[in-house]
Amino acid sequence: MSSSPAMQIAGLFLWYDSYNQQTHVSRFLKSTQAFSDFYVFQSNILFLPLLKSKLMQNLTLLDGPKFQITIKRLCHQLIENHTDFSNSVILGIQPRGIYLADRIASELKSILPQANILNGNLDITFFRDDFRRRESPLVPNTTKIDFIIEGKKVILVDDVLWTGRTIRSAMDAMMAFGRPEKVELLVLVDRRFSRHLPIEPDYIGIQVDSINSQKVLVSWKETDQEDKVILLSGK
Amino acid sequence: MADNNQILGTRHLLGIKDLNEKDIQLIFETADTFKDVLNRPIKKVPSLRDVTIANVFFENSTRTRLSFELAQKRLSADTINFAASSSSVSKGETLIDTVNNILAMKVDMVVMRHPYPGAGIFLSKKVNAQIVNAGDGAHEHPTQALLDAFSIRERYGDVAGKKVAIVGDILHSRVALSNILCLQKLGAEVMVCGPTTLIPKYIKTLNVKVEYDLMKALQWCDVANMLRIQLERQDIRYFPSLREYSMLYGLNKEILNSLDKEITIMHPGPINRGVEITSDVADSKQSIILDQVENGVAIRMAVLYLLAGQR
Repeated sequence: MSSSPAMQIAGLFLWYDSYNQQTHVSRFLKSTQAFSDFYVFQSNILFLPLLKSKLMQNLTLLDGPKFQITIKRLCHQLIENHTDFSNSVILGIQPRGIYLADRIASELKSILPQANILNGNLDITFFRDDFRRRESPLVPNTTKIDFIIEGKKVILVDDVLWTGRTIRSAMDAMMAFGRPEKVELLVLVDRRFSRHLPIEPDYIGIQVDSINSQKVLVSWKETDQEDKVILLSGK
Repeated sequence: MADNNQILGTRHLLGIKDLNEKDIQLIFETADTFKDVLNRPIKKVPSLRDVTIANVFFENSTRTRLSFELAQKRLSADTINFAASSSSVSKGETLIDTVNNILAMKVDMVVMRHPYPGAGIFLSKKVNAQIVNAGDGAHEHPTQALLDAFSIRERYGDVAGKKVAIVGDILHSRVALSNILCLQKLGAEVMVCGPTTLIPKYIKTLNVKVEYDLMKALQWCDVANMLRIQLERQDIRYFPSLREYSMLYGLNKEILNSLDKEITIMHPGPINRGVEITSDVADSKQSIILDQVENGVAIRMAVLYLLAGQR
């Protein structure tokens, strides 16, 4: 695989997938495994001449049928480990993880009509580690857990995993409600190589390699009209 | 997570005067979640674990001090308590010296009650710490007003448009002034009621209704906030006897039952049973006196959290 020096400086590869008519970004790694998430075929790699201006644009990482397939895959992976969910609960992390948790829960209900899927919302505001280190305090969201987590297998659900600090707070916040048997983490988007803490997800929708100035935004049909994952490039 | 950070318009909580409607709603929304925290098996959150708060009380208090202390502990703050009666104040130390000595021990916030109006405002200009006013003379008692309005909001869903009568010793009451300001900012109508001698002459400039007949006030209002007669502040006699006051302005079950609607009874405490309200009223279903105490902790947690979070 060849790469031009200009792209190596950026630390990113840009792929054009003519089959799906989508553009994908990936950080350069020595192993070809780094590209595995983007189903990019060598034959249709097309380096666009205006690499820089293309990088500034917002890229869609996931939408349409592939978004729905990803949700379904995550559900089936959960069923592999939790069978009928008799001893498992789902906790969506406020504010943005609850939409994914709701979607996963309703999808699981349609796959397993007999199962009783317990789904709650967990607010982590008071457990964050950046209180008094930011300009103003964050306004908390509601926590809604109508079941007991003591002795249960808890699946924490969030939309994007980046530094891992939210998940650290979530584990603290959750422990205030009891001692679960086991805790797992499900994320729709895993921003790799950006962790501040030794936290890794158990279930991953897609993995993204991104730089710090970029943002990953997950929008939902319920609130933002469309199911979509976008990579926003700053400035 | 981006755009839900909001900030109070003030660095200290000295009075309701410094807050606007948005600030009050922000405190209420935050208190809602703290109330939820207080109903959990583990009622503690680690938010204020690196904050030290001094409770400086130059005047007696049980409810307010306990409520503040509990709020601080629930937020994991370190607290020190100071009561003027057992301190060097009696040896002649000035207020600024006392507080600066406490601050030298690396204290971030001071919760102060003082018998002189404006003591908190004075202190906030002289020392480098965030001040929370827990009552200054007959001036303001902001957290009490916030928890009263929060309790009304909890009972009725909204404060706007509600009619609130404040009955009793308006002249000596800091609760009355803070309540009037807070309720008006939230869009409620306020009436004060009491003997002419205990209603300040210029109260009308605050845009409140004044009524000297308890029956008429009760028929008008949705909520009656019954204040205590502050005998310790009365340097002269404002009415002939406590018995006469209680006959004219005391609330009992017969009066309550004679009204054609069910009103809510509030009291900031401490209650003088048999004077401003009788026991059967204080313990009735219409009374939300104990809800007020419960909400006090959540409101104070919200205030401390929001103030400590801004730097």
